Amino acid sequence: MSEAIRLDGIHKSFDGLEVLKGIDLALDEHQVVCLIGASGSGKSTLLRCVNLLEPVDAGRIWIHGTEITAQGVDRNAVRRQVGIVFQSFNLFPHMTVIRNVSLAPTKVLKHRRDVAEAQARELLARFGLADKAEEYPDRLSGGQQQRVAIVRALAMDPDVLLLDEITSALDPELVAEVLDVIRGLAQQGMTMVIATHEMGFARDVASRVCFLDDGRILEEGPPERMFSNPTNERTKRFLDRIIAAGRM
Amino acid sequence: MTERGDPARDGGSKERRRSRILRGFSLKEEGAKGVLIATVSTLVVLGVLAYAAVSSPYWSDFKDQFLNRQVFAESFPEILRAFRRNIFYFLTAEPVILILALTLAVLRSLRGPVFFPLRLLSTIYVDLFRGIPTVLVVYALGFGMPALQIPGLPVEGWFWGWIALILSYSAYVAEVYRAGIESVHPSQEAASRALGLSRSQSLRSVVIPQAVRRVIPPLMNDFISLQKDTALIAFVSAFSVEAFLRAQRFSAGDFNFTPFVGAAVCFLIITIPMTRFTDWLLERQRRRRMAGGLV
Repeated sequence: MSEAIRLDGIHKSFDGLEVLKGIDLALDEHQVVCLIGASGSGKSTLLRCVNLLEPVDAGRIWIHGTEITAQGVDRNAVRRQVGIVFQSFNLFPHMTVIRNVSLAPTKVLKHRRDVAEAQARELLARFGLADKAEEYPDRLSGGQQQRVAIVRALAMDPDVLLLDEITSALDPELVAEVLDVIRGLAQQGMTMVIATHEMGFARDVASRVCFLDDGRILEEGPPERMFSNPTNERTKRFLDRIIAAGRM
Repeated sequence: MTERGDPARDGGSKERRRSRILRGFSLKEEGAKGVLIATVSTLVVLGVLAYAAVSSPYWSDFKDQFLNRQVFAESFPEILRAFRRNIFYFLTAEPVILILALTLAVLRSLRGPVFFPLRLLSTIYVDLFRGIPTVLVVYALGFGMPALQIPGLPVEGWFWGWIALILSYSAYVAEVYRAGIESVHPSQEAASRALGLSRSQSLRSVVIPQAVRRVIPPLMNDFISLQKDTALIAFVSAFSVEAFLRAQRFSAGDFNFTPFVGAAVCFLIITIPMTRFTDWLLERQRRRRMAGGLV
């Protein structure tokens, strides 16, 4: 298996507040890494650094062996390879679903519009959204919107997909339909880094779980061990709180 | 996104919504009794005002000076014909303003040190023309530029007055656009950059279309006032006579002011429907914001 992502000593501060304090992480192709940890532990920032939405202060990132933090790297080209889905969907409200999905393939990959739309329709159909193609995002439920956002990222055929707490803004009854999509992607071998509060889901889907605390990866390991037998005291306390809150 | 009870959705009877569209004058909510009360009270108020005006010792003079039927009949058709020039000024200036202002707004929103001079120029331009009275710009250009006699440039006063309106109004409209661009949430640009679109592609496909939709009502307000300000060209154009100047010439002969009322009517024919239309747009936008959450 070849290495999909390698992070080496990633540091990131916002206005003097250090959010990431040296993150090392590596994952192979077809692996799924789940990032868990309290809000504010740096999960989102880490994901945003991996596709260069945030420039890192120090450290290096490689995607498939190519360093993307090097000088003179085409950021837009990197982002083509690394898809990201956000907590708040961020669909384009002035475009229909089909345009949301086909925008980047036409503008960035320079596909012809009819080709891009045909491909988009195919993808939408695969995720049970065929009948929503001509709708505007505000006509869709939260779960549908988030599935469209996933399809929009997939339309660029990324090597790696980053998911930033994609179910946190959803009503509880809509969470499952979105997580099922991600399970499907994991089975098909999509390489993913997932920030999530859904521990049950993380246990099912992750090849490896990383516990982030205060800008550092405090503990990582296979999900069975992490959830049943965490060694770090803070990991234990975090998981206890999650269990007490009935989220696991 | 709104979880509070919102009347446009749950309580949202059609009646209620329509009443907001017509704002002040809808009586749908009040029912038949309400209509009766409103009619009576309107008649009483208008009646008292009309009586006060008509019984004033100056009424007959006023009527003769401003509402002279004969003068109106003589002057109005020609004023209306001259008003076509105002419409011409307005319709030709508007597209130029829209394009120039959008360019200014985009220049001003460019980031990075390389673009500093462009940002600076755009800012100076906007500050300058927003700060100078429009009538002053019209005078300065309308008289000044023809006087320079620069070869190749038009020497007609109306042309430079028209240019002055464009310069002045694009500064205002640029600010409206800029407010619109800044009102689009940064997560929209993040989403589009994350898909690999460049900054300029993101602006073109994602940010500007949303910004423009949001600022259409305030843009309409600016165009209502542009429509009125076409009368300023009268000051610098003795030969291409528009409605206000035509009225002035009628009035200059016999010191009767009825022609100005005629000119006013011309402007109102255009501006009142535009105002109502703007209200309607604002209302629709407000309702969508309540129903659609983030949009």
